[in-house]
Amino acid sequence: MLSMNNVSKVFRTDLIETHALRNFSLDVKAGEFLAVTGPSGSGKTTFLNIAGLLEPYESGSYKLDDIEVTSLSDDARSRLRNEKIGFIFQSFNLMPDLNVFDNVDVPLRYRRMKSAERNQRITNALEIVGLAARMKHVPAQLSGGQQQRVAIARAIAGDPKLVMADEPTGNLDSLMARQVMELLERINEMGTTIIMVTHDPELARRAHRNVQVVDGQISDFKPYEPHAPPAALATGTAPRSGATVEP
Amino acid sequence: MFAYYLRLALGSFRRNPGLTALMVFAIALGISVCMITLTSFRAASQNPAGDRAGILFAPSIDSWDPNDGYDSPQTDADTGRPVAPTMLTYRDARALYASNIPDRKVIMYKAGGIFSRNDKGMEPEYISTRMTTADFFAMFDVPFLYGGPWDAKADAGPDPVVVLSKESNQKAFAGQNSIGKTVMWHDREFRVVGVLDDFEPVPKFFDVSNGSFNDMEGAYIPFSWGQVLELGSDGNTNCWKTETIGSYLDFLNSECIFFHGWFELRTAGQQRAFRELLDNYVTEQKKHGRFPRPLNNYLYDVGGWMKRNKVVDDDNKAMVIMAFAFLAVCLVNTVGLLLAKFLNAAPASGVRRALGASRRDIFWQHLTESGVVALAGGIVGGLLGMAGIWAMRAWYGQFIDQVPRILPFDPMTFVIVVSIAVCAGVIAGLYPAWRIGRAAPASYLKVQ
Repeated sequence: MLSMNNVSKVFRTDLIETHALRNFSLDVKAGEFLAVTGPSGSGKTTFLNIAGLLEPYESGSYKLDDIEVTSLSDDARSRLRNEKIGFIFQSFNLMPDLNVFDNVDVPLRYRRMKSAERNQRITNALEIVGLAARMKHVPAQLSGGQQQRVAIARAIAGDPKLVMADEPTGNLDSLMARQVMELLERINEMGTTIIMVTHDPELARRAHRNVQVVDGQISDFKPYEPHAPPAALATGTAPRSGATVEP
Repeated sequence: MFAYYLRLALGSFRRNPGLTALMVFAIALGISVCMITLTSFRAASQNPAGDRAGILFAPSIDSWDPNDGYDSPQTDADTGRPVAPTMLTYRDARALYASNIPDRKVIMYKAGGIFSRNDKGMEPEYISTRMTTADFFAMFDVPFLYGGPWDAKADAGPDPVVVLSKESNQKAFAGQNSIGKTVMWHDREFRVVGVLDDFEPVPKFFDVSNGSFNDMEGAYIPFSWGQVLELGSDGNTNCWKTETIGSYLDFLNSECIFFHGWFELRTAGQQRAFRELLDNYVTEQKKHGRFPRPLNNYLYDVGGWMKRNKVVDDDNKAMVIMAFAFLAVCLVNTVGLLLAKFLNAAPASGVRRALGASRRDIFWQHLTESGVVALAGGIVGGLLGMAGIWAMRAWYGQFIDQVPRILPFDPMTFVIVVSIAVCAGVIAGLYPAWRIGRAAPASYLKVQ
């Protein structure tokens, strides 16, 4: 699904250069649920931005769904991002003046879909996240957890192959976090690849595979091992025993 | 997508009503000033002769003081030579009128007289009157409501005939067909042969010496009646020479100017021949001691005539430039406000980019917003401009009649200024829209 080879990213100012990623290499298989952990400033978000085609990089190669993205134009990158990637952010990033329906509609608009198809997809996505009854609400009328579920609906409405989540539970209390995590697991079960950046080791443990980023490089692979979820995240649903485990 | 961008623009306005109103007001202010100035400028500069402007010519021959040129030190913009008088002496007007070169020819001046019905059906009233030759009506495409012009024979007579303006006919005959009826003018009976329909060329180009925007005369009477009744000018009369004037005939034969001549010269050959006529005439007159200044004749078409007479003066042109400069200042302010507004919304654009919007999408979204702001500014500015024109009408209405004719609420001007506003607003929005389109989305996603 995603293949990065020796990708490097440097942030420059007049005085200093900061190497956000150094020869970063990573392969993510289709259908995988990958957790990316690491200390603050280690390069996790930079990796996510590059993987999400939001930021250019200095060197290396990057294939997304077997498409080499290095030399693509902005239009082509945007189209690829729109069709293949869904984003979930820590602070939800919903448009405050748009209602739930219109928020979920945003990526579909940029795909130039017909109205009927958009309506169908939005309804489906909101049903998956359990907010079909809140279509006309604006974000301010929703709880944090509900807002993040709207963001998840927005991310999956376009039926992307890959969902990238940057600290998706970072702004939520434990109950909300559990609901969101369950939702991500359900989406993954439907076949969508998920890459989740998180500081939370408990959440990371629920992924198929963990990678730890330190100083812009992958320092450790932590294969997922079935275990009982921590109390805060216990839902009564056992982790998937048949999940693919990558070394 | 355009409809979607429009929806987003309207949503953005609701989110920032104060800032949006400020931008709309900035554009509206610039546009309204432009509209008022343009209306004034167009009123002053329009060509009332239409497609005949290129075949109607007014001569200007330098009969003036050898020591102090006419309108000195003004020079002709094309030749650089000193300008010449814009009116003719009686002798010169008659001499040029005798030429057979023009297809049509008119000599005329402005007079006036007490006007009434001979049956005492109306209160006597002083009306300004144009003493003119018969071709005036055909040459200037004058519309008739009843009857028509007199003929050359009536000019020669002169026959006691009169053409009334629509207003004079209204006063004397309640607007009824008065052809064949008689009116009194200067205590003489004149038979009505024609009644004009609305005839209000703006500016009044054929007699700018007596006010480019003055009202039309109430009656038109054969030129020669002026000499029969010994009538002087009811407008400007300019003289430079110390002469003994003991009689009306002395006055006619003096170097005083108050006559206008217009000649219809359809071909280049006729125009060339008439220019030669002017030069030959002046050269001939010099032999008789007239025209002490160097040979300096002009033959102006309508455009050149209005330029020569500064119908659109430099102040008016400067005002238009100032108005557009003011609009530019307003637009620069709008660029700043748009930039601030767009950059303030940059995180939302970052999210849109993450969700699949291209730079082009973001650019067009914001350019549409600029266009809608400009459209609103244009409409508000147009309405403000109309209010301004209304105020100008009210002000000028104290001094002159027919103000609506001079300062019309022209729908085309409204359309033009709104179009200018939209174009200018879109241009003003180009840079802010481009800037926001180029913003790196990743930098805003964490701070949204």
